[in-house]
Amino acid sequence: MTLKASEIAVGDTFEEILVKDLKRTQLVMYAGTSGDYNPLHTDDVYCREAAGYPGVFAHGMLTMGMTGRVATNLFGAENIKKYGVRFTNQVWPGDDLSGSAVVEAIREESGETLVDIKLTTTNQNGDVVITGSATGRVDP
Amino acid sequence: MADEKVIKFPVEATHIMMFRRSIGDYSVADTGTEQTAAPPTFPQAAAQFDPDYFLRIKPGEDWFGSGKDPSGVKGTPASSGGLHAEQHFEFARPIRPGDALSVVTKPGKTWEKESKRAGKLMFSERITEYRNQNGELVCTARGVGVKTERPVDQS
Repeated sequence: MTLKASEIAVGDTFEEILVKDLKRTQLVMYAGTSGDYNPLHTDDVYCREAAGYPGVFAHGMLTMGMTGRVATNLFGAENIKKYGVRFTNQVWPGDDLSGSAVVEAIREESGETLVDIKLTTTNQNGDVVITGSATGRVDP
Repeated sequence: MADEKVIKFPVEATHIMMFRRSIGDYSVADTGTEQTAAPPTFPQAAAQFDPDYFLRIKPGEDWFGSGKDPSGVKGTPASSGGLHAEQHFEFARPIRPGDALSVVTKPGKTWEKESKRAGKLMFSERITEYRNQNGELVCTARGVGVKTERPVDQS
C-alpha cells in the first residue's frame, strides 16, 4: 500500500508523537539491537563520574530511528530512497519528542514519482534535536 | 594497498523485529517472521557483525564502562567516545530479511570548527557501502562524527 502522489500536496504537514518520557530502558534496547554499547548511553555512573555528563543520553541514531518513523509511516520502509539528518541537540531520558514532516516537492525522476520531505524533531522545550530530510517513492 | 575490510552482515527477520521495537516502531506485526523491509536506519546495526567494533565488550580487553570504578580504563580522556553530528542513508533497494550484505567503510573528509559549548570540534566523515549477495549496491551511508575538546556544556 504505497502512498499515491494525488493523496498529498506540497506544504502538507504530518506530525507524530515519537516518544513521551523517554526511558533509560529504551536506550538499553537500542544499544542491544544496534550494537552501539557506548557507556555514554547506558551507564549513568560512567557518564557522571568519568565522562563529565549529567547522566546517560540517547544515541543520536535512536533519535534518528524514531524520527524515521514519520517517513516510514508515510511512504513505507521499502519506498525510502534517502534519509539524512543533522543532530542539533542531545536527547535525555524523560524527554518528550515530536516529529514533523513537511512535503517540499513531488517530482519525477528516472520514471519514478518521488516526494521530498523536510523532517524536524523537537523536544518538550521546543528545542530542535534533529533536522533532516527524506525522499520516498510514491505511486503516480 | 592494504586489503579493505569487509563486514559480512546477514539480515534476519528477528533482528529487524528487535530493531523496530528499539526505535518504537510497532507499525509491523511483531512475530519476527515478517519479510518486510528494514527501517532506514537499520544499516547501522552492521556494527554487531564488525569483529573489531570498539563499542562492544570483548573478552580479555579493558572496557571503559563502570564496574568497580566509574571507568574501567585508567587515563581515558573525559570525552572519549565522540559524538554523532550527521548521518545520511541513500538506498538503491530496500534491505530485507535474507539479504547477505557486504559492508565496506572508507574515511571521508575531515575538518575542524571552534564552538563555545565544547571547545575545538574535530569532524570526520565515514562513507559506508552495503552490497547484497549479488554484488548489487543496496545502500550508501555517510556519517559525520565529532570529537569535542571537552564535554558539551549543558547550561
